[in-house]
Amino acid sequence: MSFATRGFAGHRREPDDRLPPGQTLVQRWPVLSAGPTPNVHTDTWDFVIRDESGTEHHWSWEQLLALGVEDVTVDIHCVTHWSKLDMSWRGVSLDKLFENVEAEYDYVMARSYGGYTTNVPLEDLLDGKAWIAIEAEGEPLDPEHGGPARLLVPHLYFWKSAKWIRGLTVMPTNDPGFWEQYGYHIYGDPWKEERYW
Amino acid sequence: MRLVLDVPTWPGNEAGTHVDVRLTAPDGYQATRSYSVATSDRGRVVLGIEELPDGEVSPFLVREVRAGDKLEIHGPLGSYFLWRPGQSNRPVQLIAGGSGVVPLHAMAAAHAAASDSTLFRLVYSVRTPAHVYFRDELAALAGPSFTVDYVYTRQAPPGWGGTVGRLTRDSLASTTIAPHERPRIFVCGSTRFAETVAAWLLDLGHSARDILTERYGGK
Ligand SMILES: Cc1cc2nc3c(=O)[nH]c(=O)nc-3n(C[C@H](O)[C@H](O)[C@H](O)COP(=O)(O)OP(=O)(O)OC[C@H]3O[C@@H](n4cnc5c(N)ncnc54)[C@H](O)[C@@H]3O)c2cc1C
Repeated sequence: MSFATRGFAGHRREPDDRLPPGQTLVQRWPVLSAGPTPNVHTDTWDFVIRDESGTEHHWSWEQLLALGVEDVTVDIHCVTHWSKLDMSWRGVSLDKLFENVEAEYDYVMARSYGGYTTNVPLEDLLDGKAWIAIEAEGEPLDPEHGGPARLLVPHLYFWKSAKWIRGLTVMPTNDPGFWEQYGYHIYGDPWKEERYW
Repeated sequence: MRLVLDVPTWPGNEAGTHVDVRLTAPDGYQATRSYSVATSDRGRVVLGIEELPDGEVSPFLVREVRAGDKLEIHGPLGSYFLWRPGQSNRPVQLIAGGSGVVPLHAMAAAHAAASDSTLFRLVYSVRTPAHVYFRDELAALAGPSFTVDYVYTRQAPPGWGGTVGRLTRDSLASTTIAPHERPRIFVCGSTRFAETVAAWLLDLGHSARDILTERYGGK
C-alpha cells in the first residue's frame, strides 16, 4: 500500500538487517511515558512476584542484586519507530527470580510504580529473554528511562519493558495492560510490526 | 509550518490523537514519524510541523512538500492523550512547548465546538512570536471559558509587558489553575519540556494521575 513520495530520498544509512520494518536507527535514547516520572528510591524498593496461589515473593534492592547482576548487550525497538542497536545493559535475569516461584499460568502482568501495567506471556520472560535492568550504557538507569529498575524484554516493542518496575503477577488469561488497553498490540513483535490493534 | 491534507475517507478524530506519516524513497527506503492532528474534522487532517535542523522527515515536510503531492498517513492513533467533551467537569489546564501546541489546539477547538463550559487554560511557551502556531485560531477561541498565556523564551512581540525567558516553576504556578481546583492537565512538547513541566506540577501539589504528557523527542 506504500507508494513513492515525490522528492523524498531520506537520510540513507547503511542498510542493517537488525532493524525491523518501519524502524529508524537512533544514537540518542528517546523517552516515551504517559505521565510524570515517579521518584522511586532503592532503600524502600520492594519487588514482588505474586504467583497463582496468591503467594507473594519479595525482594529488596540488596536481595535483588545478590541474585547476580549480568551484562547484556541487546537491540531495543520502540513502537514510535526508533531502534537502538548494541545497547549495553546490566540486570538480573528473570530466570533467577522465577527459580522458586510456582508458575503454571501462561501470562504475567508487570506492574510499576506510578500505576503503569503491561501484559507479557510468561515464556517471553524466561530462558534468558528478560531481565530486571538497573544500568544502561555504564550508568545507573536514569529515572526518565525507568530507574532505578525497569523490565527489559528486548525482543518485544519497548513499551513492554515496563519502567519503574515493582512487581509481576502471574495470571491465567492474557489481560491487556495500560498501553494495550489504549490500542497498542497485545503482544508487540517488532519483526511483525505488531504496533496497534 | 502548517500542512493540510485532504483525506476524503478520514473519519474525523478525537482531540489529541496523532497520525504516522510514512515517506518512501523510489528504492523502497522508508522513514516514519508521528505528528499530532490539530483539528478533529472529517475529510481533512491538519498538522503543525516544526523543522528540526538535520532532521530526516520534518525538513522534507516543511520545505519539499507542495500542493498536489500524495502522502501516506496512518491513523488516527493513540487513545490516551485525549480530551473528550462531557467526560468530566473538572477544569482543564493545557501546557504547550513549541509544536506541542498542536494536539492542545485540537482540544481547545473541540471544547469550543462542543460548547463545553468547563474552564480551559493554555500556557504556551514559544521562542519568538514568529514561532507561534495557530495564533489566529487560538485568539478566536479565547473567551470566558478559554484563556491563553504566552511565554516567550527568546523574543517577545513589540509592546509585550511581561518578561522574556524560559518558563519557571514560579511563572508556571502563577499562570496555571491551582492544585486545589483539581485541574486535568495535558502537557505536550519536547521530552525535556514535558519532563521539566511535569516535575514542577508534582512539586506544586498536582496529583500524578491528573497529569497527562506527550513527549515529542529530542533533548
Ligand atoms: C506522538 C507524537 C506526536 C508528535 N507530534 C508532532 C507534531 O505535531 N509536530 C512536530 O513538529 N513534531 C511532532 N512529533 C515529533 C516528530 O515525530 C519527529 O520526531 C520530529 O519531526 C523529528 O523528526 P525528523 O525526522 O525531522 O528528525 P530526526 O531525523 O528523527 O532527528 C534529527 C535530530 O533532531 C533531534 N530531535 C528529534 N526530535 C526532536 C524534538 N521533538 N525536539 C528537538 N530535537 C529533536 C534528534 O535527536 C536528532 O538529533 C511528535 C512525536 C510523537 C512521538
